[in-house]
Amino acid sequence: MLAYLIRRIFAVVVMLLVIVLMTFGIFFLFPKMIGADPALYFVGKQSDPAAIEGIRQKMGLDDPILVQFGKFVVGLVAGRTYANGTDVTNCAAPCFGYSFKTEQEVFPLLMDWLPVTLSLAGGAVVLWVLGGVATGVVSALKRGTAIDRSAMGVALAGVSLPIYFTGMLFIALFSDTMGWFSRPDTEFAVDPGKWFNGMVLPWVSLAFLYAAMYARLTRATMLEVLNEDYIRTARAKGLTEPVVIGKHAMRSTMTPILTVLGLDLGALLGGAVLTEYTFSLHGLGYSAVRAISDHDLPVILGITLISAFFVVAANLIVDLLYAVIDPRVRLS
Amino acid sequence: MTASLDDTNTDEPAAVVAADKPQKAIEGRSPWKIAWTRLKRDKVALAGGVVVLLLILVAIFAPLIVKAFGHPPEELHEDLLDPLLGLPLGDYGGISKDFLLGIEPVNGRDVFSRIVYGARISLLVAFLSAFVAVSLGTVFGVMAGYFGGWVDAAISRVMDLLLAFPQLLFIIALISVIPSRLWGFEGSGLRIGVLVLVIGFFGWPYIGRIVRGQTLSLREREYVEAARSLGAGRAYILFRELLPNLVAPITVYTTLMIPTNVLTEAALSFLGVGVKPPTPSWGETLATAVRTYQDDPLFMIFPGVAIFITVLAFNLFGDGVRDALDPKGSR
Repeated sequence: MLAYLIRRIFAVVVMLLVIVLMTFGIFFLFPKMIGADPALYFVGKQSDPAAIEGIRQKMGLDDPILVQFGKFVVGLVAGRTYANGTDVTNCAAPCFGYSFKTEQEVFPLLMDWLPVTLSLAGGAVVLWVLGGVATGVVSALKRGTAIDRSAMGVALAGVSLPIYFTGMLFIALFSDTMGWFSRPDTEFAVDPGKWFNGMVLPWVSLAFLYAAMYARLTRATMLEVLNEDYIRTARAKGLTEPVVIGKHAMRSTMTPILTVLGLDLGALLGGAVLTEYTFSLHGLGYSAVRAISDHDLPVILGITLISAFFVVAANLIVDLLYAVIDPRVRLS
Repeated sequence: MTASLDDTNTDEPAAVVAADKPQKAIEGRSPWKIAWTRLKRDKVALAGGVVVLLLILVAIFAPLIVKAFGHPPEELHEDLLDPLLGLPLGDYGGISKDFLLGIEPVNGRDVFSRIVYGARISLLVAFLSAFVAVSLGTVFGVMAGYFGGWVDAAISRVMDLLLAFPQLLFIIALISVIPSRLWGFEGSGLRIGVLVLVIGFFGWPYIGRIVRGQTLSLREREYVEAARSLGAGRAYILFRELLPNLVAPITVYTTLMIPTNVLTEAALSFLGVGVKPPTPSWGETLATAVRTYQDDPLFMIFPGVAIFITVLAFNLFGDGVRDALDPKGSR
């Protein structure tokens, strides 16, 4: 078990390094190919050549890509000092560098955006797991009935709707026309009630999409599980239907759902790009899109790394949880 | 491009004709014939298939349709807009006999023809990127599954890596650094090419994993062993013994991948990194709608519904194909 864990964590670290290297490659090799200069993005086009040269020296933008990569990784772990003669800047670990655009340190920026993304994903996940799994189980138990058909019809429609379209529809209907919910414009610390009111629409539109997927998955898995011999055994030995479904069938049904849940949540924590963009929520996803259009490499690198970290960590946690839920799985 | 669809469409009508022949001699039914009979019974899936066909026809004949019912998609009609607000002058977003779905705010283009032409971009990108993904996924999946050993290890690690990527972010990042002119291509042609390659590239691990798993189990089957013991070469086993048995899962995942690609293309164009205006795309139209939907809510409905219908039709059809090809299916 411990050996397994160490091996997996090692693999996670290697994978993150490769992802950083590839992001580096995209943003350093491609601009070189088209003759653009990262230093120019940093200081703006009007600056005089001396300033550009100074920045280039200080940030090490002229170093070979592997050297820059090495310095970045060291900076993440141990912090980093940028220096050009007397011009010295200290960046404490974990140092993600400085934004080309605003010249702020990236790590605190990331920590500003993360809570927004966390609150969006957190609220939505509760809604979609409860809604999606319940719908799927009911559909499977009432298979073929009108309830099943209409639930699955709605679910299929749900997975076919682009989230930004549902989001806009919701805003137009429930915010602009009916005025039930406001747009998300208040921070939690300012007014929790208003914040909650503003988050309802983003939560619901994000959760609707995922609830539809989870309902379909739950129904399919539940139907498969109900055909298993051990369910017949459970019924044959006289267990009541709620126990058979709730205790025996649910346990097997949850395994694939948990897998998908871990991966989905991991992906969402790195920024629900489209939802954040539609509702102008300034989380990681929204900021990533902004940073990409500004060619703000350090910010992009930071967000990519944090997203990849969540995905990879979620993968690992799911694999570990398997062993807890499904006794047949042995980690080795 | 439509290789998978052509397969199902050309093989199976022929199969039906064969099955309907008067002589009632006992004949073996190939898995494809069985699947087709199952699919024919699934009215919902067939309806989805019909809508898909219609959409393809709309895309192919977009210039004719627009000539008959609309105005050129890039023609501006600023005279029909409120000069101050940039909104269409008529009621309901300027819907009239002349402009069936109204006029685009700000620019004053014909919404109907932009939706019709948008089908071209959407389907073209979706089909081509699915083709890229399926080709890569099949080649690498079969290689990993058949050769095993270090080949399998290397390919599997690459697939894991690609699946761990924050994909949407990465696609946006990649497209944003592509110059406006590359290898002699420029403008929307280059954009479409890049979209196809990037979406296809990030899609292949999904198919690759499935193909690898299938190949792993198929290569241990008795008939493969029999072929090998008869002295069949590697190529023969790959192409004559393994690939035919992989066609069913590949078909299923291709039909289910196309709607995902439609959504991805629309999302990228919505975020402003996909097809660039004035080339018409549903996602790009929705991005324009974001800025105006409070004043002109009807305008966002059309591209949204177009995406919805397309994706829904493909999903219905894909679900049907999956159920038809999966003998264990209980749905």
